Amino acid sequence: MSAAARIETMRQPVLEMRHISKTFGAIRALHDVSLTVHAGELHALMGENGAGKSTLMKVLSGAYRPDPGGEILIDGVPAATGDPIKARAAGIAVIYQELSLAPNLSVAQNIFLGNEPRRFGIVDREQCNQRASEIIARLGVAFSARTPVTNLSLGERQLVEIARALSTNARIIVMDEPTTSLTSRETDRLFEVIATLKSQGIAIIYISHRMEEVYQLADRVSVLRDSGYVGTLDRADLNASRLVSMMVGRDLSTFYKKDHRPPDSKRAVALSVRGMSDGNLIKNCSFDLHKGEVLALAGLVGSGRTELARLIFGADRHISGTLELGGKPISIGSPSEALDAGIAYLTEDRKQLGLFLDMSISDNISMGVLAKDAKAGGLRDFAAAEKRAAKAVSDLSIRTSSVQANAGSLSGGNQQKVLLARLLETEPQVVILDEPTRGVDVGAKSEIYRLIDNLAKKGIAILMISSELPEVIGIADRVLVMRDGTIAGEVTASEGEPLRQEAIMELATGAAQR
Amino acid sequence: MTDKVADTMKADDRAIGRSTRWRTAIAALGMLPILILLAVGFQFINPRFFTQTNLLIVMQQSSINIVLAAGMTFVILTGGIDLSVGSILAASAMVAVMVSLVPDWGLLGVPAAILVGLGFGVINGLLIAYIKLPPFIVTLGSLTAVRGVARLLGQDTTVFNADLPFDFIGNGSLFGIPWLVIIALAVVVLSWLVLKRTVLGTWIYAVGGNAEAARLTGIKVPLVLLFVYGVSGLLAGLGGAMSAARLYAANGLQLGQSYELDAIAAVILGGTSFVGGVGSIWGTLIGGLIIAVLSNGLILAGVSDIWQYIIKGLVIIVAVALDRYRLQAGART
Repeated sequence: MSAAARIETMRQPVLEMRHISKTFGAIRALHDVSLTVHAGELHALMGENGAGKSTLMKVLSGAYRPDPGGEILIDGVPAATGDPIKARAAGIAVIYQELSLAPNLSVAQNIFLGNEPRRFGIVDREQCNQRASEIIARLGVAFSARTPVTNLSLGERQLVEIARALSTNARIIVMDEPTTSLTSRETDRLFEVIATLKSQGIAIIYISHRMEEVYQLADRVSVLRDSGYVGTLDRADLNASRLVSMMVGRDLSTFYKKDHRPPDSKRAVALSVRGMSDGNLIKNCSFDLHKGEVLALAGLVGSGRTELARLIFGADRHISGTLELGGKPISIGSPSEALDAGIAYLTEDRKQLGLFLDMSISDNISMGVLAKDAKAGGLRDFAAAEKRAAKAVSDLSIRTSSVQANAGSLSGGNQQKVLLARLLETEPQVVILDEPTRGVDVGAKSEIYRLIDNLAKKGIAILMISSELPEVIGIADRVLVMRDGTIAGEVTASEGEPLRQEAIMELATGAAQR
Repeated sequence: MTDKVADTMKADDRAIGRSTRWRTAIAALGMLPILILLAVGFQFINPRFFTQTNLLIVMQQSSINIVLAAGMTFVILTGGIDLSVGSILAASAMVAVMVSLVPDWGLLGVPAAILVGLGFGVINGLLIAYIKLPPFIVTLGSLTAVRGVARLLGQDTTVFNADLPFDFIGNGSLFGIPWLVIIALAVVVLSWLVLKRTVLGTWIYAVGGNAEAARLTGIKVPLVLLFVYGVSGLLAGLGGAMSAARLYAANGLQLGQSYELDAIAAVILGGTSFVGGVGSIWGTLIGGLIIAVLSNGLILAGVSDIWQYIIKGLVIIVAVALDRYRLQAGART
């Protein structure tokens, strides 16, 4: 065997997916996608929502069988397709966004759930704990195998999922947006674990919308678009504009849109919040929101941003504090009162708190104004709902075959646009947006930014909660930073000087005081 | 190139439109094929099944259950449950007969029964909507308490009125169709109107689909809940009047025992989701008819009472299992 050939064998990819296509009836979910992954590599998979990433991973995990002609090779050997059990046995593990742990069982029990080491047909607790401890030690994390999962943070739970994958000797681990609900400390720890896994020769397929993560972690990046394969970039060739243009198929020179005029201090106050407290986390928060302004509410996860927004909107009860809307004192005890007053709120959790997944897009959009549109006797005006929905679909470019389709059939970005459309139908004067671009693809993001900009131009006051600092800096006029339930400070752009990311982080972490 | 892509996308859209239409059409049919299958099967076993007289009997026997099940549909659509309808029916029937015995009040027995039912329903609703107690607990309590009220009303005896002024409701017909059937169908049509054509109906689906989202959208969730339990109570009251009219009598202890279970079975057989947000009143109608056809057909087939229970229970489970399978298969394509 020649030296070159030997190197070639060493470089034998652990996973090859060749010419994978998948059609569902008339719908083409994947078209001729190929993907090669090497041992010890972190291979990022990027693309807008609906580009085909999830479908490709479902083919890999055996949840879907690819159309004839497609094959999956593991260590160069064709593997069975369309069989989740064989896929797992072949060393493929998927860590899902929605964690699938039993909270009342211990870490060890969860790791071996359905796969318990047995002695004489009885679960061997001792061996279970011992082997779990070994795996946890491999990950280099702090908690014990006997800890009940309910005592762990979200980030730690994710590590338990990874440990479960290792317990079945997984060699290819798929992580789907693993950092979405993690704090930055937990994210750092996850990244350390990922480095450990790579050093042990495990291949990781990493799906993420976050550019910074991909830069930090990826050895190679493959991009999917419109169900097809666009290309793969090596680490050395990575750059933002190239990645974004690969993902959206066009150049995004103006990703963050900020055409509206930043307000001067003379601009009228739309909403004035004074001394807001909830008797729990939120303590004495006061601020003014001006007409035509985009005010960002920044801060770490858990600093109380969502809680403050919910107090203002009347979703939770405040124990002290006053609100003034356009200079007039108002009292808000429920969301319906807030909406009547002209304050609208976009939730951060669109599936649990926002959408009616089993109802039509049209009903979802009109839900807040049904009573206003109603005909005599409380009868629905379906024509009005249809008209509102059709207008929203074209204004916000919601991609759907019909406004009668269920909201649950839409991709994340389009679901978010449906919620935004519902909010706008109530014609609010003050709009509170809680993580408006969370879990939304690049194309929809830029459309949402444009929408926010247009609202500000119309004089609507916007309070935007966001954990993505580039987004905050890109579209906000002013930033309030929260820490431990209080407003820690304000960051403003001075003449010719943009908002500074460092200034926000210092306030959010309390570093400025130390 | 771009045009070509756009064209294929349009073709895809059309295909999606077609397949959703098919799927909604099949979903709308729901349990109807099972009802037809059962009816055809019983006809094979006993040719007397498909006679005008027998079909009218089936519909008449199912009418009170369908009225209760219509109310139950409102409740289950919000993700709740109303276990108290059988007891409310008994108390209302007692009131109907007792009021009819008062000289000159005769016909007032019917509105009195309906008001009593509404009253109990509103009490359920207030406890669930404003005190925020779980529906199962509240209505389990009223199942027992209202049964006690029904017994108390007649001093634990059967009350009779051989000259019941509204007996035509229970035993008369209009153009050959029994009044019981007409009332049940009217309730179904009205329920459909409320659920599918009014703002309130959409709110009911919204509350069942996602109560917290409904609240954040400005829907007054407690009012919606009060309404559905009120409707369920009111229809149980109407059911009480129908029972009294049919029997010329009411007994607080026996009348309406476990009617709530038949009503729930009809709703679930009709494809309404137990967690709320999905379902239809037509499904409930078909579910109620399936239960009645089963009882009637098994009697005609000469199956013993004991086996009827076992078969009915199994059919309910199998039918719902088939339905789940069908929906999942539909969701997969």
